[in-house]
Amino acid sequence: METWFSLLVTFFFTVAIYLLLSKSIIRVLLGVAILGNAVNLLIFTGGRLTRDVPPVIAEGADVLSGPAANALPQALILTAIVISFSFFAFLLVLAWRAYEDLATDNTDEMRVAEPVNEPAPPLGY
Amino acid sequence: MAVSTPAPVDLSAALMLDPASAVEWLVVLPVAWCLAVGALLVMLRRWSGLQPAIALASLTVLVLIDVALLDHVARNGPTTMVMGRWLPPFGIAFTVDLTGALFALVAALVALAAGIFSLADINDSGRRYGFYPLLMLLMAGVSGAFLTGDIFNLYVWFEVLLISSFGLLVLGSERGQIDGTVKYGFLNLVATTLFLVATGFLYAVFGTLNMADIARKADDLRVNAPLMTLVGLYVLAFGMKAAAFPLNFWLPASYHTPRVVVSALFAGLLTKVGIYALIRVTVMLFPIEREELSFVLALVGALTMMVGVLGALAQTDFRRILGYLVVSGIGSMLAGIAIGGPGGIGGAIFYALHSMLVMTGLYFASGIAMRLGADSSIATLAGLYRKHAGFAALTLMLCFAVSGLPPFSGFWPKVMLVKAAIDIGAWWLAAALLLVGFFTMIATGRLFLLAYWRDSAIPQAADGPARLSAAALGPLAALTLLALALGLYPEPLLAMIQSAAAGLAEPSAYLNSVFPAGGPQ
Repeated sequence: METWFSLLVTFFFTVAIYLLLSKSIIRVLLGVAILGNAVNLLIFTGGRLTRDVPPVIAEGADVLSGPAANALPQALILTAIVISFSFFAFLLVLAWRAYEDLATDNTDEMRVAEPVNEPAPPLGY
Repeated sequence: MAVSTPAPVDLSAALMLDPASAVEWLVVLPVAWCLAVGALLVMLRRWSGLQPAIALASLTVLVLIDVALLDHVARNGPTTMVMGRWLPPFGIAFTVDLTGALFALVAALVALAAGIFSLADINDSGRRYGFYPLLMLLMAGVSGAFLTGDIFNLYVWFEVLLISSFGLLVLGSERGQIDGTVKYGFLNLVATTLFLVATGFLYAVFGTLNMADIARKADDLRVNAPLMTLVGLYVLAFGMKAAAFPLNFWLPASYHTPRVVVSALFAGLLTKVGIYALIRVTVMLFPIEREELSFVLALVGALTMMVGVLGALAQTDFRRILGYLVVSGIGSMLAGIAIGGPGGIGGAIFYALHSMLVMTGLYFASGIAMRLGADSSIATLAGLYRKHAGFAALTLMLCFAVSGLPPFSGFWPKVMLVKAAIDIGAWWLAAALLLVGFFTMIATGRLFLLAYWRDSAIPQAADGPARLSAAALGPLAALTLLALALGLYPEPLLAMIQSAAAGLAEPSAYLNSVFPAGGPQ
């Protein structure tokens, strides 16, 4: 089970990295979204997969009766989902503003902060 | 939902039953305080006149809290508070040791200085955009990162400070800022995601996220688990956050675009959080892997300082020069981590604290210079000395400090690092450190010569002496004097840093604070 999941995680990472290396900012954004999900799956798999045994303590008992699914990775993933979603939302708006203000979505052409042909600093005093 | 149980459960196996003492609350207070004030300021966003007063008062309180925390830790050793009274490793632990407390205090001082400087730099529209709430939330993230004892929690604080820094970076929405934020945003997001990847693997290997628990278990797992890969991933992630070569390009691309006070704050705080995390993970949790990686770290450190200072020499924009100097300083800290031992780690910590104060001061100076000279390029900026001699003197002192000249704060960490490098026989690293100091002197000296000493080409009526507001000059003077004081009398800080470095190398006090002897193992 874990083997198949780790192959799936690999596939997610491959797609994410391929998209992140693109020049077009929308594709980079898609890469960010997939990267977030790749990490979530990774944490999920890292917590080991146990099917059909929810970690719920039976009524009247005080402890779990046997091995159960690991609940902690789900808490971690929940945190990571919230964070990566808020970042994605921010970056989406930022990309739109960049497209409006800089009139491009090609990262090679975003040279406002670092102009291309800046003169060298003065050589003498 | 009280279910009657046949036998009473022994809660003391999982929970601390006695209430938390006041001292334990002090451990979480810096974070809780910043979050609470940040939330209050969000609610008061319409009262933009009130915001600076509240923010300054609460930053002063934050400094006092951090002083109290440092004092407590210096006297009694590391202190732990676990959320929800769970016993560690079940609950999220906040553990503060000397390293964390020192970083938190200097960060609070930098934030207070930036808060005062913002009175002269952030106008009413910046206040309505939410500068002060974002500043407080940034401080919550930074303090949390320095004080937490849980590695996933560290990731969460990284994200808190990152999202606040996004807001601060685009504050004003100029074209250059949006351009800079795109690069800063995407690359930092990738860096924190790498951190999360490493943490996911760490959890898969260790089954715990508590740093003390990890340090305890690392020795047993070293035989079978791929710990080198894990530490390599952490070094990559934190190196990217700290702007280490070859992952440094986002920093000089963005740090010169926002409001001056924001640049100053970022230069003082953000990259140093990366360095702190790197020290925590490599030195305390995985010392043997650090040893293995030390040559790579040393090489990266030497290249980072060289690339940084050469970049500074190639720039004309005042703030872009400073951005490259921030990168160059990171290289020195990485060299310290690579060298290891009390001299190397102590030197790295001292260098980080010095760099927080001095780089923030230099960015303040760049803001004042741009205001006085109405220009940011050293090709055209001129005659600042004639306009305000006192301001020029303060800048010159900071230039000396950043180059590592005595009697300023940059001198001692440089001495420690060079000595530690020679002691382990890494002469090339010592040579690189000294050479970089020399090049930094050239870069800052040229900056001073051109922008301050040179007379304006076209004499203007406005070239006479200018007045500066206390809000602009005060923080600059305070940080400069602090750098001077640390240079003249480094003894108390040095003693503290040495015991902080010793506490990282031999974390038994840290472990004891989380898992008291005799408690459940």
